[in-house]
Parts: sequence; structure tokens; C-alpha cells
Amino acid sequence: MEKENVPQDISNLTKNNVKELLYATDENGEYTTTLSTGWEPKAIALSNSIDEINERIADAKSQVENGEASPILYFMELNKMDVTILSSYVGLWKWRVKRHFKPNVFAKLNDNTLKKYAAAFEISIEELKNSITK
Amino acid sequence: MELNFTHHQSAHCENGVASNLLKSNGLNISEPMVFGIGSGLFFVYLPFLKVNHAPAISYRTLPGQIFNKVAARLNLKIKRQKFSSVSTASKALDENLKNNILTGLQVGVYHLSYFPDEYRFHFNAHNLIVYGKTETDYLVSDPVMETVTTLTHDEMNKVRFAKGAFAPRGQMYYPIQIPANVDLKSAILKGIKNTCRDMLAPFPLVGVGGIKYVSKRIRKWPAKYGTKKANHYLAQMVRMQEEIGTGGGGFRFIYAAFLQEASVILGNEELKTLSKEMTKIGDSWRDFAVEASRIYKNRSAKEDAYNTIADELLDIANREEIFFKKLKKAIS
Repeated sequence: MEKENVPQDISNLTKNNVKELLYATDENGEYTTTLSTGWEPKAIALSNSIDEINERIADAKSQVENGEASPILYFMELNKMDVTILSSYVGLWKWRVKRHFKPNVFAKLNDNTLKKYAAAFEISIEELKNSITK
Repeated sequence: MELNFTHHQSAHCENGVASNLLKSNGLNISEPMVFGIGSGLFFVYLPFLKVNHAPAISYRTLPGQIFNKVAARLNLKIKRQKFSSVSTASKALDENLKNNILTGLQVGVYHLSYFPDEYRFHFNAHNLIVYGKTETDYLVSDPVMETVTTLTHDEMNKVRFAKGAFAPRGQMYYPIQIPANVDLKSAILKGIKNTCRDMLAPFPLVGVGGIKYVSKRIRKWPAKYGTKKANHYLAQMVRMQEEIGTGGGGFRFIYAAFLQEASVILGNEELKTLSKEMTKIGDSWRDFAVEASRIYKNRSAKEDAYNTIADELLDIANREEIFFKKLKKAIS
């Protein structure tokens, strides 16, 4: 890629005033570094991922509201986690975390376990229990 | 407390930290040199490992390997420490700063407060340098940022003890011995040989074979997973290829820059020609990203669109196969 062809598109980086460094060739064909504000194909890929995450969050939320899932599922999605990551944060087996997605199992959890989840999501136990349903 | 340190922005975090640490210790070595000697260029497709709910694709080797290989090939001694508790980890870091030792850290990205929100996902193989501490903050040089930045003490503990795949467990590293004279030539040759071997490996999921395999799978994505999921997979692939840290074109441009530098050091003209060829291959990876983005932008998944980009990918794979065979010859 030639230096003058390095894209300077508007991206999620622009509004945060972050520029990334790229390697490109100068007029003599020698490599040099240059900064880029972003590139459209990348920006679309990222916004595609963000849409996907937001859909997962919305989906989890409605499942919690309909009593089909516990708030743990919602907060897991909100924190961009999956079961593997969450289980590693709370230090529980994956199958136990999955079980805790069930509202009736969640209702019986003791404070000790709830505390682990709350800490992983950086919220209080109170918020974990009630922030969606109320 | 602040150590004497000059920040240089880089494309990729691990090369950047390695290059910055070595530069401050008197060994002037560029980012592409670190990447090339450390044999960072790679391709691997791991369909059974899901990252962000899509099959994992990586254009580079495993975290930590680049710097380790550089150290082995240049006879540097690097000390690496992992910790089981947050308090011993932060004590060890503070002790290092007190002793004037610039320290590299492996961290998780999710709690890096200075990153744009959209980029904060659970990725644990990021690297940065700590060069000082104040009452409230650590002074941080993150190689992908233009300037130096800070993290609060609390944030620092969080990023060092992020959980999930590649959990850093507080890992810190720093050079403890750098020889006065390093043999760049032999290190470069070893680095190139290693990369040729990796890229031409006779396994279906890695190197050129991996690219071919993905090309074959991509054709089936829309029918097998439906439009939405196929587009998501494709977008993830482009992100891995082009996102911050790659220097563009799935690290191919950094590698081309390395070959150019290597051709001067080794006095090998052939490498210069190959550097130009690698640049063209990098351009084709960029074209692939443009075509792919058209698909997920329109949210369509016509099978021919997927077939078209699969053909492009196959063409890249074939060209890389020829390329790495030539590269192997050029240095033997």
C-alpha cells in the first residue's frame, strides 16, 4: 500500500481522537510508517459486531423479562462475555454458570455466589437481582 | 516516580513493547525487525475455538512467542514472572520501578479505560510498558496509542488479572541481559526460515493450507449458517485481519517492511524484490476486506458473493505459497 493511499476514513477512532499506525511505502517504494484515522471496511465490520452484541443484549433482556432466563445472562451479554469468560471470572464450572441462567435456580443462589457474579459485572448484588425486573 | 523513557507508537502491541523495551536498553531494533526475527507472521484457523461467537482466525503466532523467539535468536535474557495474587503482583511491579527497570506487562483489553469503548472486548494478550507511578496512577506506554497514558492503581490490577483465554495472571517481563553485540544476520535468517516453515506447514488449518481451507469453508457459510451468522463470521475475520495491531493487511505490510530492512542488512537484493511482492499480497488482503465489507454492509448473502471472495482468498493462498517457497530459496 502506498502512503498516499492510506485511508483516512471516519471511524470509531475519530471521535476518540485516536489514530493507528500503518506501514506503507513512500514515493521511492521504501517502507515508512504513517497514521490513519480509520478505514471504512473496518468500521463496518466493527459496527456489525456492535450491532450483534446489542442484539444479544436486547434478546437476553427480553428473556429475563419473560421469566425465561436469569439476570446473569443479561449482564453476561452486557459485559460482552460468553460462558467461558464468565465462568473464569466467577471461578465456577461452565455447567454451573449455565444452570444459573435458569430463573428458579438463580432465585435460590446464596449471597456468596451472587457476590462473585456481582463482582464480575462490577455491580451490587441488589442491582444484579433487581435492575431489570423492577 | 518516573523512569527515563521515550514512547514510540507501533502497529502491533507485542512487537512494539519488545522494540520499545530493547531501544530503551540500548539495542536499537525496529518493530518490523522484531516481528520478522520473532517469526510473527502466521495464519491459523480454529473453527472449534470461538472468539466473539465466531470461529477464531489469527494472522500471527501465539502471544508471547514473538518476543521469546527474538530473545532466543539474539541471545537476550528476558525475565518473565506470573503471580497468583494481586498484591504480590503489584508489589513486584513497584519494586521494579523503584529499581529503575522498565517493565512490560501482559494485560486484558476490557478494562483499559483509555481505549475507545468499542474496542474494549475480552482479549487478554495485549501488551504495554509501565514506566512510572504516581499516588493515584501508573504511567503507561501503550504502543498502539500515539502518546503515553495512565491507568489508576485499581484499573492496573484489573487489567493484569483479567480472566478468560490467555489470562495474563499478572505477567510482567523485562530484559535482564543484553549482549553488547548482537548477530542480526543469523537471527534474521532463523526468523525467515521459521516463518517459511510455518506458512508452508503440511497441515490443513495453518499457514497457506489454512487460508485454502477457509476459502473452501467460506463458500458453504451462507447455506450452512444462514445469512446473518455467515456475515458475522466474515466481519470477524476482517476485524482480525485489519483491526488495530495488525499494521494493515493481516500483518503483511509489517512483514514486507521487515524484508526490506533485512535485504539491506544481509545485502540480499532478492529480499527487496520479495518485499515488493509481499506488499502486493498485502494489497490483495485489503481488496479482500473491501469485497467482504460489501457483503456484510448490504446484509445480503448471495452465494456468488461468497464464492467471489472465496476465489480471491484462494488466489491469495496460491500466491503466498509461491512467495514463501521463493523466500525459502532466497536465503538458503
